[in-house]
Amino acid sequence: MSKVFIALQTNDDTRSIIQAILADNPHAIANEQPAMVKIDAEGSLVVRRSSIEELIGRDFDLQELHINLISLTGHVDETDDELTLSWNT
Amino acid sequence: MGVAAIKEYTFEPADRLENFHGNQLLYIGWDQHLLFAAPFCLPMPPAMRFGDIVEKVLPGIYGYHPDFAQIDWSKVEWLKSGQPWQADFDKTLAELGLKHKDALRFRTPGLNGIKGSAS
Amino acid sequence: MDMKVSKKKLGLKEKYQHMTRGLGWETTYQSMDEVFPYAKYEGIKIHDWDKWEDPFRLTMDSYWKYQAEKERKFYAIIDAHAQNNGHLSVTDARYINAVKLFLNGISPLEYMAHRGFAHAGRQFPGVGPRVACLMQSLDEIRHAQTQIHSLSNYNKYYNGFHEYRHMLERVWYLSVPRSFFDDAITAGPFEFMVAIGFSFEYVLTNLLFVPFVSGAAYNGDMGTMTFGFSAQSDEARHMTLGLEVIKFILEQDPDNLPIVQQWIDKWTWRGYRVLTLVGMMMDYMLPKRIMSWKEAWEVYFEENGGALFKDLARYGIRPPKWLDQIEKDKDHISHQAWAVFYNYAAACNFHTWIPTDDEMDWLSQKYPNSFDKYYRPRLEFWREEAKKGNRFYNKTLPMLCQTCQIPMLFTEPGDPTQICYREVDYKDNKYHFCSDGCKEIFEHEPEKYIQSWLPVHQIYQGNCFNEGVDPTAEGFDPLAAVLDYYHLNFGRDNLDFEGSEDQKNFDAWRGMATKNT
Repeated sequence: MSKVFIALQTNDDTRSIIQAILADNPHAIANEQPAMVKIDAEGSLVVRRSSIEELIGRDFDLQELHINLISLTGHVDETDDELTLSWNT
Repeated sequence: MGVAAIKEYTFEPADRLENFHGNQLLYIGWDQHLLFAAPFCLPMPPAMRFGDIVEKVLPGIYGYHPDFAQIDWSKVEWLKSGQPWQADFDKTLAELGLKHKDALRFRTPGLNGIKGSAS
Repeated sequence: MDMKVSKKKLGLKEKYQHMTRGLGWETTYQSMDEVFPYAKYEGIKIHDWDKWEDPFRLTMDSYWKYQAEKERKFYAIIDAHAQNNGHLSVTDARYINAVKLFLNGISPLEYMAHRGFAHAGRQFPGVGPRVACLMQSLDEIRHAQTQIHSLSNYNKYYNGFHEYRHMLERVWYLSVPRSFFDDAITAGPFEFMVAIGFSFEYVLTNLLFVPFVSGAAYNGDMGTMTFGFSAQSDEARHMTLGLEVIKFILEQDPDNLPIVQQWIDKWTWRGYRVLTLVGMMMDYMLPKRIMSWKEAWEVYFEENGGALFKDLARYGIRPPKWLDQIEKDKDHISHQAWAVFYNYAAACNFHTWIPTDDEMDWLSQKYPNSFDKYYRPRLEFWREEAKKGNRFYNKTLPMLCQTCQIPMLFTEPGDPTQICYREVDYKDNKYHFCSDGCKEIFEHEPEKYIQSWLPVHQIYQGNCFNEGVDPTAEGFDPLAAVLDYYHLNFGRDNLDFEGSEDQKNFDAWRGMATKNT
């Protein structure tokens, strides 16, 4: 199975996002590097709006991710509620 | 295969011989001496004696290397376009059949760079 | 009366549909082929442009909103960096040379990417890709501007930043990145998208931005970290676009496959060659090292690229050519490139140096198969000679590859002691290449590459001196004349770091920043 990843800047906005991603993807591994966190996951990875909202206590638009996103791999499927990264093989 | 283009597409080469004011380009590389990080490009008149290049030009460009002074030029192996080539110090570039943008390499058996590292 | 209350807000998918469709029309005064003259000549067949979908479903209104937010963050940090003498918080002044290379070699490519995407967007008959190209074109000019703006703080204090625009079209090593982009932008819109959108953005930019920018953060350079991450936040969208381009083209018609495969082969190789510069920056120019070039290559190319090409196999795409050579080269290219810049330090607008003992030990540890055997001996020799006042400055111009324009520094795959020579005879002229990849790219389109503006040959043709300079005059100094033409100040912008004005100034200013005397 191939790995997908998402890399985010390390800052106050992303702390809860990273926490939510790790909670929603128990198979994901966070890899901390200077000023950034790279989250690797076998096969696929989901970013869930509701999980982030629960942690930050306000409405969150998944497109806000763009502000602190550094990089990602895999096919992207974005809806109002979830952003999924995956490979087909 | 030419190039995918919306109309005819032909150009003069940027580096044709006529552009070099009577010189031709000669590339030269010393194998196993990568302290000189890439081979050299030299503009030389076709009437230049090959021996003059070895005796008057190469010391200026390769003399920094401690191996250079040790070279026995009678034992040097020359390659042109990767094939063994017979040098003749008394002939000119033109007489030796060296054309514009020909590439020569020379090998100095026994001299393998700084501490034998091909540097 | 019962009225159905319409839903307040459109969902992401609906909004994207509304804001990216129905914006185009079939032209009638002129034929579609006249209006979009570049849409067909490359041989790519598109049957239904509406099949294009941006996976992020970003629309212009959201685009402005999020980009504005990024800009506010960016300028807040840049201001703080400048107000706080941020340039004195970098690890040591050698580091600043890495950002000189960035400004001179990479930022102008951002500007070229802006032009390229504007052009490609104009030429595509489909609305979806035009919107995506428009956003990317705007992103790219933002990257050029934020980088120039951020690095202008360094230009106030250090040498070598002052004329990047002028130097881009003149200085020998800058012909490498410049010709790479010129090659892409002079191709058709589909090849441009595969070249830059896919091969460069998707397969390779992670190597440029992620480990290098994280390295900038590690070396205390808040300014570079900020523009880097700010740019990279757009990059995730560009990568997604790059992947979408490939899928879209391949799903449209089976005849597109061989054309796309050839472009992937070509542009992965072209991009890989340009990244040699980044490899050297990571291994030699960051005083505090974060990961080696080889490690970055393994993570961002072998692992991610491997997953990508495995996924694309369902379309019949195979991994790019020459990967076996690339695999062997990863132990060598950064060291070989540094050797070139060390050689030609007199003609550079940044400084080079010999790594310190601990840095050499780090290199040995990261490159156990190559560093001590092939590269340490030459660095130590140069260091000994420099101590004796005999620092090596190579003054003879190097042989260049006709395709990538890099000096012929690369060695035979599997034999790091032997320079790799390849040549082709084409219409009575001989052409030389650094590799099978560059040779094959030339052979595919020789008429394009015979026009290469090779800096070494241009100097010998007499095209790199200022107007009025007479190269036949007695005592003519060609190096000085070429440096004048470059606007490069001898003794300030060039030569070794040791003894440079940058080194002295940094030490003096840092001293002033930490002491009262």
